[in-house]
Amino acid sequence: MKSLLTLAASAFALIAAPAAAQDFTITNVTVGKGDGSEPVKGANVVVRGGKIVSVGTAGSASGDAAVIDGSGQWVTPGIVIALTNLGLYDVGAVGSSNDTGARNARFDAAIDVAPAINPSSQHIKVNRAAGITRALVAPNHGRSIFAGQGALIDLGADPDAVQQARAFQLVELGETGARIAGGSRTAAYVELGNALREARAFSSGRWNAESALLTRADAQALVPVVTGHQPLYVEVERAADIRQVLSFKRANPRLDLVLVGASEGWLVADEIARSGVPVIADALDDLPSSFEQLAATQSNVGRLAKAGVKVAIGRLSGGTDGHPRSAAQFAGNLVALSKMPGADGLSWGQALATITSVPAQIAGHGGKFGVIAPGATADLVLWDGDPLEVSTAPTRVFIDGVEQPRESHQSELAKRYRDLDESQLPKAYDW
Amino acid sequence: MRALPKQLVMVGSVLALAACTTTDGGKAEVQSAPAKSPSENRAPTGEDGNVPFPSTYKAYPGAPTALVGATIFDGTGKRHDNASVLFRDGKIVAAGTGLSTQGFSIIDGAGKFVTPGIIDIHSHLGDYPSPGVPAHSDGNEATGPTTPDVWAEHSVWPQDPGFSRALANGGITALQILPGSANLMGGRSVTLKNVPSRTVQGMKFPGAPYGFKMACGENPKRVYGNRGRKPSTRMGNFAVNRQMWLDAIAYAEDDEPRRDLAKETLRGVLDGEILVHNHCYRADEMALVMDMAKEMGYKVTAFHHAVEGYKIGDLLRENDVCSAIWADWYGFKMESYDGIPENAALLQKEGACVVIHSDDENSIQRLNQEAAKAQAAGKRMGIEISDATVIGWITLNAAKAMGIDHLTGSLEEGKMADLVLWNGDPLSVYSRPEKVWIDGALMYDAMDRKRRPVSDFELGQPGAGDVK
Repeated sequence: MKSLLTLAASAFALIAAPAAAQDFTITNVTVGKGDGSEPVKGANVVVRGGKIVSVGTAGSASGDAAVIDGSGQWVTPGIVIALTNLGLYDVGAVGSSNDTGARNARFDAAIDVAPAINPSSQHIKVNRAAGITRALVAPNHGRSIFAGQGALIDLGADPDAVQQARAFQLVELGETGARIAGGSRTAAYVELGNALREARAFSSGRWNAESALLTRADAQALVPVVTGHQPLYVEVERAADIRQVLSFKRANPRLDLVLVGASEGWLVADEIARSGVPVIADALDDLPSSFEQLAATQSNVGRLAKAGVKVAIGRLSGGTDGHPRSAAQFAGNLVALSKMPGADGLSWGQALATITSVPAQIAGHGGKFGVIAPGATADLVLWDGDPLEVSTAPTRVFIDGVEQPRESHQSELAKRYRDLDESQLPKAYDW
Repeated sequence: MRALPKQLVMVGSVLALAACTTTDGGKAEVQSAPAKSPSENRAPTGEDGNVPFPSTYKAYPGAPTALVGATIFDGTGKRHDNASVLFRDGKIVAAGTGLSTQGFSIIDGAGKFVTPGIIDIHSHLGDYPSPGVPAHSDGNEATGPTTPDVWAEHSVWPQDPGFSRALANGGITALQILPGSANLMGGRSVTLKNVPSRTVQGMKFPGAPYGFKMACGENPKRVYGNRGRKPSTRMGNFAVNRQMWLDAIAYAEDDEPRRDLAKETLRGVLDGEILVHNHCYRADEMALVMDMAKEMGYKVTAFHHAVEGYKIGDLLRENDVCSAIWADWYGFKMESYDGIPENAALLQKEGACVVIHSDDENSIQRLNQEAAKAQAAGKRMGIEISDATVIGWITLNAAKAMGIDHLTGSLEEGKMADLVLWNGDPLSVYSRPEKVWIDGALMYDAMDRKRRPVSDFELGQPGAGDVK
């Protein structure tokens, strides 16, 4: 019996192993593990079968695995973007290429981004080259406060991007939710309450299509939310609104909530910490861009962390200051704050964690990726210097131990235009 | 670029909604040689009272100060190690080594860096202020495709908290506020000192020429095409522009014309007194704009965004046009699809003038970091650009393209004492401004909680007076 199981297990392992996962060891490298610890110099990272076997300064490369000399370089887990639209668009302003939101759709909570993810999107290529290896991809809201269900993807150069479909539901409260629900937060709260009530009714077989406001598909989609099997990401900024959400959680303890945005979270940090609800924060918002963000400060993340809140940085979706590949720069800025009197920042290790292990934990995959530790998948990025510095870049990117290409439309353009010589032929022939 | 609403929003419509450095080509390193500044680009200072809305800005009091033992980037491309910069009576006295500090208060700059004040050539602070509510939406007079008659300064809300963030986090001492890019001709821009005032006139940079905002490409034709009016195509863009210029030329030839706000601004451009800042992304469109300028007898001082500038670095150099660009923003609309992080470096390599801008109330707070990213992207493809030159991108080059390089932008004797003491290398993500002086007055001090402005809007609000 035991040997049958072993055979079965190894057969499964053969099928499950990535096609070209290499065995390799990175030697003499400065490693940032992503678990909050500070960098360690002169370490070795051993990878076998697409998984990290060991990391540390003891021991050396052994066996016939390939050796990558990491001297002068750093290695970190692949960056995990806690929340983004990556993979759902080619050009944001080109509506036909943009699947982030469906303003006139008939469904909302039931929306599922997984089938719409395009692994060939240039933005996936560009961000992979920048060291992003996984992302939680969310839809944008349409006509309901429920935007739909996001997915966990990897940014690998293969057709299988979606690692976990329907990984979370996203709901808009605050000013955005108010606007969607008809012009007031009061309406949004009633919508929220009604939707969860209909989902509970659906789950216990009592949902009545005639008297229901939700479509069947939407009510059904919310069942895992009310049973606590699917996290509910709640976009909310203002201190009062955050308190409201936390009291909602106390009244509905089965809900698995994640706060998104939380610009004024620092005003409610102790309460958030007590509730155990994690936060995906905008890293550096410091302006009162609306009346729900009057207290915004770059010290928000640092103060949340100090209070014991599990906080990742995310919502990097392509604005001039919010591209996913800016994640490391944003994390580095949080370290800079530590030197400023009156500001609250993070240590280097904590800052790296906000873009690696903490997003992985919030996504329910703590320890499986986003960290360099035995048993984690080999999502690894080699950098030509301190990864949080603005002047560094990845030199090699691995996802599940498979080395990734770093070319893109952008890199090809740079190659073509490294000179403007058209003495023999037009630039169009330069490829 | 106005602030996006706080949800994940893919950029559907971007309503960003404006005497360059030439180089002598390089050996291993690309140098910049200072170009001559057109002496005719001097706006009346306003003290004669003949200019409408004259600047009432006055420098605040300061003390003779010496920053000693620091690494100094002077904005012209020079670097001094273990050096000093001295200023008094609002002006730079000297920067370098072996300077006597007799009579100056000394600030120890060991381990720290000094640069000229950072200058953002493209901002909508005040015109699209925080909070970004409809009542504050004053950046685009999008009721007609050509509005040369409007002046951005008449929309500036001096109480925008964004100004103080730019000062404290970004070391910004001067900035150009432009109309947005919904219109082909957006109106006059204004250059401001980043010093709080109850009035916009109290912020107006004394002696700065006006700018004139134009925009090519997708924005104008989308905004007006969607309303069924001209322009709705790129060819419509050019036709509307060219006809406006012809009408302006006719007006300029009239000896005693009736006052006409739009024509006065256009005539100012034709006379070389008002500097053109043209939002334009695509290489081919920039080439067309340069030919239109030649046809009509004006000069494009700077292309803004110039996302494809790297494709025509030679043309930009030959036409002496600066490119005010991002480090790496790309891909949000068709005309930005070909944006690459090597843009700045490739332009610099070709000898074209490079300025890094923000067009955003958040990234204005880290132009130094953006410049560093652009430098590094160039280095990775073998284009070495010195730190001192890169600092020039966000100081003297910006000043030149704004016509104020004779007044500020570098740590040279006699210039305004607009400078930043950084707590580390300004090209590092880990550094922040420690102290910022404008005209020799200490306007921000990280070590003094009270030496930072709090706008009227923020008083009594949650977080008022907090480190932001």
